[in-house]
Amino acid sequence: MSLRTGTLVSGNEAVAMAALDAGVALGTGYPGTPSTEILEVMDAQGGRAQWAPNEKVALEVAVGVAFAGARALVTMKHVGVNVAADILFTVAYSGIDGALLLVSADDPGMSSSQNEQDNRRYAVAAGVPMLEPADSQEAYDLTLAGFELSQKWRIPVMLRMTTRVCHGKSILRHRQAKRNGSPTHFERNIPWRVMIPAHARPAHRRLRQKLAEIEQWSEECSLNQVIEGERGLGIIASGVTFLHAREASPAASMLKLGVTYPLSIRLIRQFVAGVDRCLVIEEGDPYLADAIRAAGVRVESKPEMYRFGELNVTRVRRIVAGDVSPEAAPLKGKPPELCAACPYRAPFCVLRKLNCIVAGDIGCYTLGALPPLEAMDTQLCMGASLGVGLGLRHVLPEAEARRVVSVIGDSTFMHSGITGLVEMVYNPPVTGHVLLILDNGTTAMTGQQEHPATGRKLGHEPTNRVKIEDVCKAVGVHHVDVMDASADPAGFEKLLMDRLSRNELSVIISRRPCILAAGKIRRYEQEAQACQECAHEPA
Amino acid sequence: MSRRSEVTNVIVCGLGGQGVIKASDILADAACRAGFDVKKAEIHGMSQRGGSVSSDVRFGKEVLSPMVPAGEADYLVVLASDQVANVMPLLRDGGVLIEPSLVGEAAPAPGKNVNMALLGALSWRLPIEPRHWREAIEANLDAKWHKANAQAFETGIRLARQRAEADGQAAR
Repeated sequence: MSLRTGTLVSGNEAVAMAALDAGVALGTGYPGTPSTEILEVMDAQGGRAQWAPNEKVALEVAVGVAFAGARALVTMKHVGVNVAADILFTVAYSGIDGALLLVSADDPGMSSSQNEQDNRRYAVAAGVPMLEPADSQEAYDLTLAGFELSQKWRIPVMLRMTTRVCHGKSILRHRQAKRNGSPTHFERNIPWRVMIPAHARPAHRRLRQKLAEIEQWSEECSLNQVIEGERGLGIIASGVTFLHAREASPAASMLKLGVTYPLSIRLIRQFVAGVDRCLVIEEGDPYLADAIRAAGVRVESKPEMYRFGELNVTRVRRIVAGDVSPEAAPLKGKPPELCAACPYRAPFCVLRKLNCIVAGDIGCYTLGALPPLEAMDTQLCMGASLGVGLGLRHVLPEAEARRVVSVIGDSTFMHSGITGLVEMVYNPPVTGHVLLILDNGTTAMTGQQEHPATGRKLGHEPTNRVKIEDVCKAVGVHHVDVMDASADPAGFEKLLMDRLSRNELSVIISRRPCILAAGKIRRYEQEAQACQECAHEPA
Repeated sequence: MSRRSEVTNVIVCGLGGQGVIKASDILADAACRAGFDVKKAEIHGMSQRGGSVSSDVRFGKEVLSPMVPAGEADYLVVLASDQVANVMPLLRDGGVLIEPSLVGEAAPAPGKNVNMALLGALSWRLPIEPRHWREAIEANLDAKWHKANAQAFETGIRLARQRAEADGQAAR
C-alpha cells in the first residue's frame, strides 16, 4: 500500500485504511465533525465513497449494500445517529447478508457540536454490538474486527470513536493484507427482510440470541484486555480514557474494554474480585458503571461533575483521588467568527436591522448568533429552522409572528430542510412565512464538502445537480427569489420587507460561494467544463 | 520510573489560519521519523473561522494519552502574540516559551511563515536530527513551498541560537 509501516495517522485515516483493507464495497455518510475525513481519505486512496443527503439515507444505502452480500461502511457524527436511528433499530432485527459497520463519532466536550450525547446508549437501545478504539492502531484493528463480527453474526456493528480518537494522530504499525470484496447477489428471504410484525417478532428473538452469543464471544476475545498491576486499585475504562487512566495511575490494574456492548460481565466480575477498590473511569454518561452495578458487581463511578466535558490525565488523576473541588477555569481562547469577507454577514446585518426573530439552523451561519451580529434566536438540530419558525408563527401575536424568519444553509436544506418546507406548504401560518436559504455552494462548516445541490460528488466530479429553487417551486411555495444579499444588501432588505408583509409563503435564496471554497469551486467547474468539451470533440 | 519524565510535551497554539496544525503535523512526523513513539491531539472543528487553535504533540519511548496534561508542557510554541498570556498556564515551571517576538523584528523570516520559523527555533532544542526535520517538511508541504519554509525554519534556528547566546545559556 501507499503507506510505510510505522506511519503517523489520525484515527479517521486508520478507519479508512481498514475499510479499504477489509474489502468494503461502499462507504457512505454525511459530513460531521469529527467523522468527516474517513470517507474523504477512503476516496483519496482509491475506495468508493460518497456523501448522502443525510445520515438516514446513508445508512439505508449501506443496508442495501449489505443486503446484497457486500461490506458497507457508514460514517456520521454522534447526532447523525439520531437521524439514522429509525432504520438502525430495525436493521438490528432483520440482520444483513454481508457486513455493515456504522461509525459514530462522538464529541464529548462539544468542540464542534450542539450536544455531548453518549452514543453507547444507542448500542444498548438498538441491540447492536459496539467497539471502542483508543488510538489509531486500535481504530484500524477494531474496524477490521467490526467487519468480521458483523459478517459472522450478520448483524450491524457500531464503532464508537470520540474527537480525540478521530483527530488524534498516533503510529500505525501493523496493517493486514487487503481482502477482496465479496461477490454480490440478492438472496430472497422475505421473512428476514420485510419487517412486518409477524416477521419482526421472531426477528427480535433472533437478535437477542445473536447478542447472547456475541456476549459469550466477547468474554474470551482479545479486544478486552486485563493489564496486571497492583491489587490496591483496579480501573475499568475504554477508548481514549483508558490511555489517560494508564498515564494517571500507571501502577493500577486495568481492564480495558474494546467491546462495550454487549458487556463481558463474567470478565468484569472476575477483574473486580481481584482488586481491593475498582473504579470505572469513563467519559460522558456513567454507562459502564450503571450496567456493571446493575449486574450486581460493586464498582465506584466517577463523581457527577466529570460527566461534563471530555476527560484528560489531569481529570482522571482527580477522579482517582476522589477530588471534587472546583476545577481550574478553562483557558479563555478567541471564539470563532464568520470570516471577514463571508457572504453571510450582510444578510445577518439586515435580519438584525429589521429586528427579525430568526429560527436558525446548523452550519457556519450559526456563528451569526454571536456578537457582534447576534441575529439568530434558535438553533437545535439539522433542519429545525423550518419547523421551529413555523411553530413560532402559528401562535405568536400577529405583529411578532410577522417578524419570524427561518434561516438555513444549502447543505442543511438538502439534509433535512425539504420536509420542513413541505410542512410550510401543507400547514401555512396565517401570516405566511419566509425561509431564507443561505447558499454558499458547499458544506462549509465541516471543511467544504460537496452535497446534492452543488452538482458534484464526494471526489468533486460532476453529477446531477438538485436545484434548490426548483425544489421550492415544485413544492408549491408562492414566491421564490434568488439573489446575492452580500452584493446588494439594500435590495435584499427591500425584498425581505416586502415578503414579510405578505400573508404568503416565500423563499429567498441568497447565493454566493463561500470565500474559502470559491477558488476550489471555480477549479472544479473548469475541470468539468474541460471534460465536457473533450467528450464532445469528434473522434 | 515515571513514564512521564521520558515523554517530551509540546503544545503549539495560535489562531485559525496561522498554520498551527501544519507546524504540529511536521513536528509529530519528524519525531516519528526519528524513531520515537508519538501522539498528537487537537481540536480542528472551528479552526478555519479564526478561533483559537491548539495542538498537543507528545513523543518519547512510549506515549499513552494523546493530550498534554495541564501545566505540563515542556515547550509552548505560540504563533499569535496576543494569545501568549492566555496560554501560559499550559507551560510547566521551567518550560520553554517560543513566541513570535523571537522573529518579530527579524526581516529574514517572512511573516506568513512564522509557524515554520518558530518550529525551527523549537527544533534546535529537541533531540531530532536535521534530516528528519527536512524529510517531515517535505512530506507535509507542497513542493512549491519547500524552499520558503525551509528558509524560515533555518532562520528560526539561527535566531533561537543567537537569543540563547545573548541570554548566556548553554546550548540546549
